[in-house]
Amino acid sequence: MTVIDDLLRGSLDHCVKCTICETQCPVSNVTPLFPGPKYAGPQAERYRVGDEPSVEWSVDYCSGCGICSQSCPQGVKIAEINAQARNKIKRQKGVPLRDRIITRPTWLGRAGGGPVAPLANLTIDLKPLRIIGEKLLKVHRNAPAPEFARQRFSRWFKGHRSPPTGRKIIYFHGCGTEYYEPWEGQKVVQILEHNGFEVVVPKQDCCGLPLQSSGLFDDARKVVLRLARNLAPYVRDDPDTIIVGNATSCTLMLKREAREILALEDDPDLKLVSERTYDICELLLELHDRGELKTDFKPVNERIAYHAPCQQQGHYIGKPALELFALIPGLDVVEMNARCCGIAGTYGLKAEKYDIAMAVGADLFAQVRDSGADTVACDSETCRWQITHGTGRTSAHPIDFLHRSYGL
Amino acid sequence: MRSELHYDAVVIGAGTAGLTAGARLAEGGARVCVLAKGVGSTHLAPGTIDVLGYAPDRVSEPGTALREFAAAHPDHPYALAGLDAVTEAATWLKSAVEAGPLPGYRYVGDLERNVLLPSAIGALRPSALVPETMAGGNAVASERVCVVGPRALRDFHPSLCAANLSRAGIEARAVEVEIEVDRADENALGLARRFDDPAWRAGFAARLSIMLQSDERVGLPALLGVRDPHGAWSDLEHRLGRRVFEIPTLPPSVPGMRLFEILRSALRRGGGRLVMGAEVVSVERTSQRLTAVSTHAGGRDVRYAAPWFVLAAGGFSSGAIELDSHWATHDRVLGLPLRGVPAPGQPRFVADYQAEQPMARVGVAVDGELRAEGAENVLVVGAGLPGAMPWREASGEGIALATASRAAELVLARAGGAPAGAAA
Repeated sequence: MTVIDDLLRGSLDHCVKCTICETQCPVSNVTPLFPGPKYAGPQAERYRVGDEPSVEWSVDYCSGCGICSQSCPQGVKIAEINAQARNKIKRQKGVPLRDRIITRPTWLGRAGGGPVAPLANLTIDLKPLRIIGEKLLKVHRNAPAPEFARQRFSRWFKGHRSPPTGRKIIYFHGCGTEYYEPWEGQKVVQILEHNGFEVVVPKQDCCGLPLQSSGLFDDARKVVLRLARNLAPYVRDDPDTIIVGNATSCTLMLKREAREILALEDDPDLKLVSERTYDICELLLELHDRGELKTDFKPVNERIAYHAPCQQQGHYIGKPALELFALIPGLDVVEMNARCCGIAGTYGLKAEKYDIAMAVGADLFAQVRDSGADTVACDSETCRWQITHGTGRTSAHPIDFLHRSYGL
Repeated sequence: MRSELHYDAVVIGAGTAGLTAGARLAEGGARVCVLAKGVGSTHLAPGTIDVLGYAPDRVSEPGTALREFAAAHPDHPYALAGLDAVTEAATWLKSAVEAGPLPGYRYVGDLERNVLLPSAIGALRPSALVPETMAGGNAVASERVCVVGPRALRDFHPSLCAANLSRAGIEARAVEVEIEVDRADENALGLARRFDDPAWRAGFAARLSIMLQSDERVGLPALLGVRDPHGAWSDLEHRLGRRVFEIPTLPPSVPGMRLFEILRSALRRGGGRLVMGAEVVSVERTSQRLTAVSTHAGGRDVRYAAPWFVLAAGGFSSGAIELDSHWATHDRVLGLPLRGVPAPGQPRFVADYQAEQPMARVGVAVDGELRAEGAENVLVVGAGLPGAMPWREASGEGIALATASRAAELVLARAGGAPAGAAA
């Protein structure tokens, strides 16, 4: 047992059974299949001994959103403990083929993105094929599926020349931007360049979060360490060079989750990457605090809803997007106050969990509809797809509004 | 690059005291950030505002009793905050509730007179301000009480509640109602969500109405809605044609969660930030002042610098103050000196759990203006203050609100209304 395992399990002793995590858990509040973080975590953990078989299966229904850990006043690492319990179940029961496929955004992106995108998108849209997919693979026929982009982000960047200002910044775009929403990456690059950064995009791949959240820890470790090996050399020699990403769940994976949940606390490359990684809104807010963010914002006269996704909240930095929105003249932002959209990465795609995910999201969807906003801002791509799926409203990353307001 | 943010004031803790201090600072024009390790006391407390219930006999007029009480206890938080702060904070809370996110929901009562409301076990608790949805439980009302318990609700036993009410001289009986739940049992929050749905409520009222007698008021555990408790409560009163009131439950507390949302939304309306999951892990200071606190945020720490800090992290029960295995007491958050710790060799505890415990009045040492000893720019509010015994006095929320309001006032006055240390 590693030091980090000890820390996680050790935190159990701090549980005073106050039920605060139960009030926050999006999943246990809509389904009896998951009895809640307190039961599945601190209480069930005492029955999970070493290599002995797991006796409690409900933790597979935990979506891994992490809200329980964030709200625990005693510092119990509930979500992290439950993630490890999920891994134990997978080791014991085996991993369904579906979980081996949908947790590999790189494979999917390479298969369906680029020139074959129109055909691949047609496949996604065809109901009969989705029904077959549900029967064979247990991917729900109605689950939100984004369209592949015709041109990957990295291809676009190859033809782009970032003005050499000498102030280098490393951009980690993640799979969502690479295969599905390359325009988000283009906007990130333009905002960074507008603020005097020279953007460098290293060769990169998945962060391993989908594998981790589905309990495939060995594969997740390989994937995240490969990414850390790719990114670390770019920041190793200069203490001022940082990594920034717009996929908030993937930056959280690099910052904290891989080290804590996958017990990779001591890997030097991952540690370095973890210390240097920023969420894009976090970075821009800190630049603003230092008086280094350009504030030539033009009015954007629009009402939008903002939902801070669970994984963004897991950065433990509050909601920087709201502070940035406040800099945009005319922008009327309605802060959503629901906990989770339900999707939790790949959770809501799974046939047996789709209905739960939609029930979790119902509260947010209702708030969005009541907000009078046509567009929802949200930092995570899978959450944006789910919100659009649940509300019919368009959704966009917070940086879209900054980009527009800068007039870039 | 070092992760760093600057504010006019940083508040540590998001219970009633921390959120109130944050909201009032924000309303006063300060750039404020509330840092919280987790959700605070609100979700566990009944949601009533207890100002002074026992001194040591039961208090019926808290406003009057406070004067004498503060004079007799010059080190008590009420004496430090001043009685004006108590009155002013009570008024502020009522307006914050009415301006809050729950349409129609409001608090009633004042410092003139305590109301006695039944607890989950039918004991009568004195409170100054209570949610309107609870006010019908007032013990001085003459109608008989029917305590209604949904069978699926864990930890609520209507017959126990009714029996204890009868013992206290309030004629009461109990009925149980079946609510179909899809699990073995359910907590108050799970049931409260159902009461937000008008159609579901109508069905519940129909089933309940045939079990009621004509001259009874209805006491229900506090689960009448999360999003629209006023709507749920007034709708039930209308449908049942009688007074309906909520009885606080064991945690999780639905009225407490409503109070959290009200205070959180007051903070946000004023432009204040709230950072959850942000435990203070290190502090920077000079000999007389705190300059910054840091919290873990993934692989690195974020440094929050400010000219003013408000410590609202609570006392022993939240873990902000600890008695370690070497019998030493610490402020675990900022490492500030404590007051009220029994001298070595003196008893720390007495055998009777309910009695006055020698350790109970321990808190962070402050001067007459709530300033921490040795850190002149840190103001201490709420349960972390020394000199009080909220669970015996029934004074917890009153102390939290009054000291938080007073601290905000002091910070705003000293900052001269001109926010300092902030980026343009």
